[in-house]
Amino acid sequence: MTQEQRSATISVLVENEAGILARVIGLFTGRGYNIDSLTVAAVDPVRNVSRINIVTSGTDMVIEQIKAQLDRLVQVYRVADLSKQGPHVARELGLIKVVCTGAERVEALRLAEAFRARVIDATLESFVFEMTGNTDKLDAFIELMRGLGLAEVSRTGVAAIARGTATI
Amino acid sequence: MSQNTSADTTLDTAPGAEILLRALKDQGVEVIFGYPGGAVLPIYDAIFNQNAIRHILVRHEQAAVHAAEGYARSTGKVGVVLVTSGPGATNAVTGLLDALMDSIPLVCLTGQVPTHLIGNDAFQEADTTGITRPASKHNYLVKRGQDLAKVVHEAFYVARSGRPGPVVIDLPKDILIGPAPYVAAPETPHRSYRPQVEPDAGQIAKAVALLKSAKRPVIYTGGGVINAGPAASEALRALVRKTGFPCTSTLMGLGAFPAGDPLFLGMLGMHGTYEANLVMHGCDVMLNIGARFDDRVTGRLNAFSPGSKKIHVDIDPSSINKNVPVDVPVVGDALRVIRAILAAWDDAPGELDKPAIAAWWKQIDEWRGIDCLKFRQDMTKGAVIKPQYAVQRLYDITRELKAKTGRETFISTEVGQHQMWAAQYFGFDAPNRWMTSGGLGTMGYGLPAAMGVQIAHPDALCIDIAGEASILMNIQEMSTLAQYRLPVKVFILNNQYMGMVRQWQELLHGGRYSESYTAALPDFVKLAESFHGVGLRAKSVDELDDVIRQMIEIDRPVICDICVDEKENCFPMIPSGAPHNEMILGPEHGTSLQMGGAKGLTDEGLALV
Repeated sequence: MTQEQRSATISVLVENEAGILARVIGLFTGRGYNIDSLTVAAVDPVRNVSRINIVTSGTDMVIEQIKAQLDRLVQVYRVADLSKQGPHVARELGLIKVVCTGAERVEALRLAEAFRARVIDATLESFVFEMTGNTDKLDAFIELMRGLGLAEVSRTGVAAIARGTATI
Repeated sequence: MSQNTSADTTLDTAPGAEILLRALKDQGVEVIFGYPGGAVLPIYDAIFNQNAIRHILVRHEQAAVHAAEGYARSTGKVGVVLVTSGPGATNAVTGLLDALMDSIPLVCLTGQVPTHLIGNDAFQEADTTGITRPASKHNYLVKRGQDLAKVVHEAFYVARSGRPGPVVIDLPKDILIGPAPYVAAPETPHRSYRPQVEPDAGQIAKAVALLKSAKRPVIYTGGGVINAGPAASEALRALVRKTGFPCTSTLMGLGAFPAGDPLFLGMLGMHGTYEANLVMHGCDVMLNIGARFDDRVTGRLNAFSPGSKKIHVDIDPSSINKNVPVDVPVVGDALRVIRAILAAWDDAPGELDKPAIAAWWKQIDEWRGIDCLKFRQDMTKGAVIKPQYAVQRLYDITRELKAKTGRETFISTEVGQHQMWAAQYFGFDAPNRWMTSGGLGTMGYGLPAAMGVQIAHPDALCIDIAGEASILMNIQEMSTLAQYRLPVKVFILNNQYMGMVRQWQELLHGGRYSESYTAALPDFVKLAESFHGVGLRAKSVDELDDVIRQMIEIDRPVICDICVDEKENCFPMIPSGAPHNEMILGPEHGTSLQMGGAKGLTDEGLALV
């Protein structure tokens, strides 16, 4: 096992019960693991299953530890390390508010088009852009907006799924 | 509407508290350790009206949990605790974490304010599921009567399955009063929690091949073997005898392999034997069964057993590769794994390298020849008692008793020097006879644990080997002993200091004994008497045997105040942060502790303490 830090995208299927999210978060804080992103939503109302997507980082040994620790929680059905089990897609959605006028406003709109961000709200002094993509793409866009009157950012965190026919 | 309702009322329905007791009874519960309070009064009312389950009234909720741990550890059953909301629950937290760290199966029932008051800062309200989340294996808040019986059954399943642990059920008062349907324990597997118990055949084959290739092997066992039941200890003995490999044990695993057997090296780790630690350091193949490479065992990680291939058997996959990377992980129940190894052994290719192993034993015998547990007891009349000698005599005399009458001895301890001396000098030949707080190191554990053991084994001799500091942490339980006529013996090695703290201060802090001396100890003889027990005292070596024999003969709670050498230190010792081969031996070996420093000690080690 290498001592290099790597990023891992882990998906966890859990029983949709009170306390499970607190248990997962407590596990990360209590054992000193990183959480770079965490999303959770019900995905199967019939079976009462929710999916938690966690982006974390650490050495291979730490990431294996995180998976084992998650897997032994009573309400956990499955733990999948998407970044290890083959190709996967990971996306997040960001809402980016930019307050500006004049040339900056034109430039913001032009960049938004280049990044395929949609305008979902506009006033004479502001835009709210909606943008979906991987984390790097959102980061890049937000960085560009910084010089053009970036006022506020709201991001969902990462949702991820394996490519092809594979399921978890 | 009326039709549905009438169908519901024909269901097996009763007030929640009654349904709770019925579920407990169906789970085989015989005894509950508890303390009443407002939120759990409906349960106490239901207990009053039945005879199937016995309730033991403790004097502090922490003691209820430790008593249940003693009961569970000595029987292999799930221990049950009942406490009220708020302070009842928070007092139980130390015991819960203790049980979590040492993998003891418990179900702890906590009272809660009625559901409509939750979150309102009501009287004696605490966020019990929030507080106990990191202190329990799992917890539940029952919000609907219809979930009650199901949750109780599930809690017992979770507590005893996989790596055992404590499970909390938080019970709002209205759920206990309102109607609840009874459901039996489910026969289908749990929907999400199904720990792997059967080992993978491929991993077993790899393990056997590696073991057969060993020239300097060791078998290192832990509490997992005890938790897998007495049959696992039997299987371990068969494996060790078949292979002829040396065997060592963690603090939690003592008794799984007989202490007196020549194949046993004694306990390993910080205060383990010289030979056990050097074998761990020098081995080429290590088989770890049910132990978790705890920091008290490994010493400095990057110097731990540097040249060995490691096989790790554990029922908890998260224990594998946590601290120490291993070559052959085997997930499964210790009993099944040992049996699988035995079954695969004869047909697997390869033969043991007997000459190499004989040479290994020759080396081990040399290390043994150092006699690392040697101490000198002055036998002249009036001489001060060495604590090691006190434990050794206690062992010898209880062993005589066993030979003569067949009466079993169960030992519990508090935490500190006396605990280590008990582990070193009291030889355990059978599993489930040794109750100690290993992972959490909870002072105050021993007396209530012994109480729980005595409840489970009314005819056995239950002794708490204690220190005078630890025993004061749950001394109120003497009152419980009196109420239930439990003849528990408290054997205090009284050196007037928090001995382990004093030892570390001598070693690491320049002999500045900051706050480790207890200036106003009680008179333990009078204290025993005030709690309706008997107090005995031995001040010199000539008084010791008589006191021990009297203690055993008296069929009542006894406190023995054994006044021992105040300055005695616990050896051998691997200072925190040092590797196994840098051990400090006792003064008998000419390397007594120097003030302010020891070989191999680093700032990192200081931080590890």
